[in-house]
Amino acid sequence: MLSEKEVRALASTAKEIRILSLEMIGHAGKGHLGGALSIADLLALLYFKRARIDPQNPKWEDRDRIVLSKGHAGTALYAALSLRGFFPREICYTMNQNGTTLPSHVDMRKVPGADMTAGSLAQGFSAAVGMALAARLDKKGHKVYTIIGDGESQEGEIWEAAMLAGNRKLSNLVAFCDNNGMQIDGLTDEINSLEPMDKKWEAFNWHVIRANGHDIADIDRAMDEAEKITDKPVMIILKTVKGKGVSFAEGKVSSHSMTYGVAEAEAEVARIRKEDE
Amino acid sequence: MTFEKDRNEMRKAYCELLMKTAETDPRIVVLEADLMASNGTKPFAAAYPERTFDVGIAEANMIGVAAGLAASGKLPFCDTFTPFATRRCYDQITVSAAYTNLPLRIVGTDPGLAAEVNGGTHMSMEDVAIMRSMPNMKLFEPVDETQLRAAWDWILTVDGPLYIRIFRKTAPKIFGEDYRFEPGKLSVIREGGDAAIFATGLMTADALEAAELLAAEGIDAAVLNLHTLKPLDRDGILFWAKKCGAAVTCENGTVVGALGSAVAETTADAWPIPVKRIGVQDHFGEVGTMPYLKEKYGMTPKDIAAAAKAAIAMKK
Repeated sequence: MLSEKEVRALASTAKEIRILSLEMIGHAGKGHLGGALSIADLLALLYFKRARIDPQNPKWEDRDRIVLSKGHAGTALYAALSLRGFFPREICYTMNQNGTTLPSHVDMRKVPGADMTAGSLAQGFSAAVGMALAARLDKKGHKVYTIIGDGESQEGEIWEAAMLAGNRKLSNLVAFCDNNGMQIDGLTDEINSLEPMDKKWEAFNWHVIRANGHDIADIDRAMDEAEKITDKPVMIILKTVKGKGVSFAEGKVSSHSMTYGVAEAEAEVARIRKEDE
Repeated sequence: MTFEKDRNEMRKAYCELLMKTAETDPRIVVLEADLMASNGTKPFAAAYPERTFDVGIAEANMIGVAAGLAASGKLPFCDTFTPFATRRCYDQITVSAAYTNLPLRIVGTDPGLAAEVNGGTHMSMEDVAIMRSMPNMKLFEPVDETQLRAAWDWILTVDGPLYIRIFRKTAPKIFGEDYRFEPGKLSVIREGGDAAIFATGLMTADALEAAELLAAEGIDAAVLNLHTLKPLDRDGILFWAKKCGAAVTCENGTVVGALGSAVAETTADAWPIPVKRIGVQDHFGEVGTMPYLKEKYGMTPKDIAAAAKAAIAMKK
């Protein structure tokens, strides 16, 4: 369980992830903002508290793996990795510029600390299952964390992988679903609903926990509960808001990909910083 | 012309190689999608149950899981019939294996006409063409058991993903025990100066038979096996193009984008010569025995010999 001080510090880190993400997309002129902002709190908790990782040794064999299967949220991942010390902040501002090492969708060959390439949805989730199988085969104690989207869960491959992980009782695998309820064309419930999501995962032999994706203490509590599960993979469904924390993006379907520049980013960053005062 | 048969079915040789390697190489893991019996890997599963992952009928997930295993230091062999090993999970292979350049070994069995009575749905005519167009992917199609065994060290060590296209039953024996496999270097099976017959996999025996038919008419045809379409032996193709001035390609699959295209592209770029392409002429398959289908689709030794004569005639 986190102390109140830790929760405050991690909430502040999540805010920095949001600010940097906002700036990066402003520099690029366009980008996947909404789904990056909705996982900022989770990334803060994972990269700054729960996951065993080493920014000085990104390929450390015994590190926990973190696979961002919803690869279009790469912006937030890069922000988190940079803030955690995997690479300098200046590199973040090159995202999607010609010749960059930070493409909009996550690339394990280019980004220090990225454990898997993702972008074509559901593939990262399968890879996370493979990593969990490998860890068990090698009798390694590390965890595999993976983050999928609710829209992404419309892909059949998610359920192929879910079935295998459940049947193989991969308790070293903890998945998070960023349940922001939105996808490019509208609301997930209107386009092709995933509900009842918890029952689906339970039916695939997963242990399911629900948490508030913007309450770091609550996500941490869910992860504590996940630690106790020894015979199943765990799915933590995070209720989130797409575009969370940015006034012109929050709660908007259009936040999936937004066009704005450095000036708009700077004005919004100033507004966010003022909230703290 | 009759060929001696291989000692073993190719799938038996494949499984033996896997098992022997697994004794000393902990990286070896095998993934199956409910075709373990067909692919001949049950002995591996019995010997190494913890290193065998039968994911069920879910090929897309098989590739993704293999990518995760490969990213964790394993050397995963993914086995299924050629259509399910390639077109069924093409995007997964593209992004999770090729774009990442992870060392997956994707093993497609029952290539082309070898699917026989499984028919049109199971005949992947296009697998070589689509895999060849993928950056980072390598392709190998063994002719016989001897060549598969000779290539095994390369199969284990080549960087990045590799597609292996294997006839799972007993193949005609083409290579002797002194055969040496060189990746990216074609194997010369028969010397000749009038026409170069480039062949892959099961069609190599037909190409040799065609060369015999041509020899009876005083035409001297070379038979060259392009076992690895990637890396492609560009220099070897051009050497024989210059030497013979006419070429025929023979493949067990579509002529669109695979061996025939590779040879035509290479010669067109550097030394244009007539190239006749024997194979499936841009249509789907159907149920039937291989001899029947070869006859119907114009892929017999007689067809190859006629194509060689037509190519030679175009030289003038």
